[in-house]
Amino acid sequence: MRILAQQLVLGLMLGGLYGLAAAGLSLVFGVLKVLNVAHGELIMLGGYAAFFVVGLFGLDPFASLLLVVPLSLLLGVALYAGLFGFVVRASEETRVKNSLLIGFGLALSLHALAVRLWTADERSIITPYGGAVLRVGGLSIPVLRLTILALAFALIAALHLLLTRWRWGRAIRATAEDWEAALLSGIDVRRAYLLAFALGTALAGAAGTLVAIGYSVSPSIGLEWTLKALIVVVLAGLGSMIGTFVGGLVLGAAEALSGFTFGGPYREVVGLAIFVVVLVARPRGFFGR
Amino acid sequence: MLEVQDLEVSYGDVRALGGVTLTVGAGEIVALLGPNGAGKSTLLKSIAGLLRPRGGSIRWEGEDLGAVGAHEIVERGLALVPEGRRLFGSMTVGENLELGAFAPHARRVHAESLERVYALFPALRERRGQLVRALSGGQQQMVAVGRALMSAPRLLMLDEPSLGIAPRLVASIFDSLVEINRAGVGVFLVEQNVRASLSFAHRAYVLEGGRVVGSGPAAALLEDPHVRRAYLGPLAVRA
Repeated sequence: MRILAQQLVLGLMLGGLYGLAAAGLSLVFGVLKVLNVAHGELIMLGGYAAFFVVGLFGLDPFASLLLVVPLSLLLGVALYAGLFGFVVRASEETRVKNSLLIGFGLALSLHALAVRLWTADERSIITPYGGAVLRVGGLSIPVLRLTILALAFALIAALHLLLTRWRWGRAIRATAEDWEAALLSGIDVRRAYLLAFALGTALAGAAGTLVAIGYSVSPSIGLEWTLKALIVVVLAGLGSMIGTFVGGLVLGAAEALSGFTFGGPYREVVGLAIFVVVLVARPRGFFGR
Repeated sequence: MLEVQDLEVSYGDVRALGGVTLTVGAGEIVALLGPNGAGKSTLLKSIAGLLRPRGGSIRWEGEDLGAVGAHEIVERGLALVPEGRRLFGSMTVGENLELGAFAPHARRVHAESLERVYALFPALRERRGQLVRALSGGQQQMVAVGRALMSAPRLLMLDEPSLGIAPRLVASIFDSLVEINRAGVGVFLVEQNVRASLSFAHRAYVLEGGRVVGSGPAAALLEDPHVRRAYLGPLAVRA
């Protein structure tokens, strides 16, 4: 019983990162109607950026977010201007197809580039407080991963505030819901697309930083993170960032539970099962509008 | 003043408008009548910048709108209440109205605009915190008109505002349009409800098969045999 509880705690902490990874994917998909399958590679890039920022400047690992997030935002602007801005001009039906082509191309290129530049080795950021553990009623809670969970939630909450309080945040939501009506309200829809894509990339960068701190990065982690994020997006549905975070926690807990019950190799299966079951039973997701 | 000259619009190879010419003067109420598929919505969407014409021109206060983006057309003082309302259903009444004042010139007068909308539709003030999709059709139409008014337009275009609304509420929507017009805002109205729209419009155009086939003062069109036969039904001819 204690082992199960311990596994669940660890699962929830990983789940917070799933939620953060999914938030960026969900934002871009919901607003641009573009499925960015290179989202995981953007997370990977964020992880390396944090790794090198910490190594070069000797920053506190968490403080590297202050550099990595703005850099990712700029990368998002560049990717939109150079690639995804063209996809968005297509009609909505052809958009997803085109975005898959561009996304897979981008994912493969970034993966190859990362292997070339940084080799295929796994890396993680060594933190001074890496080993600290909180003991709560017989459970061990790693302080580092707990901090990561808290930060992931804080970032999601900040995004939620941005989308509900900020003028352009509301414009982004309006565009997601009905871009023609947004245009008729005087919203520059192209700019809303750009902002949403840049924010999505910034979220990927933040997720990557936390992955590099709490877990590890290598050039090949992209696909796995894209898949986890996609499962969470399907599970949670579009339109609620808090819901997406909860969806991430659910996936993390479900993986832990299935790993405990059926053994380690079956951890990954439960996510795919969730994917199929939700698509059949509730295609809108659990928090979708 | 809105001047549409020889406007041609196509969907792929299908021609929707084949050379439409019409004008809407400042502060005028003009109705656009015609059967389904005549191109009425196409015309409004083209003026609003959602569709790009293949030929002809649209001028607003002397400026050619051909190269002006849809969101900038709102900034110029032209607002469209689209067919089917197209509200942001997962947002509140208040948020929908706020979004209507997104254009820079509308933002500056947003407080006055909001007061004007609430004065026009008092029911919306009480419901400003409610989600739009929880409202009735008539109330949603009020939000749609309110959202367009929040952009502080000088010309308000409406695409079938009476569609799917209880008859009792249709009258109140039309009353509010008269009131909006009294404040100096031009109204360009597409309606299936021909009798109601001709009773309060100053002028009207009849659009059939993508062309203007009739126009004149509303009172004259009410007496026009073709209009009576085609749009007011056989009973109207006998009366």
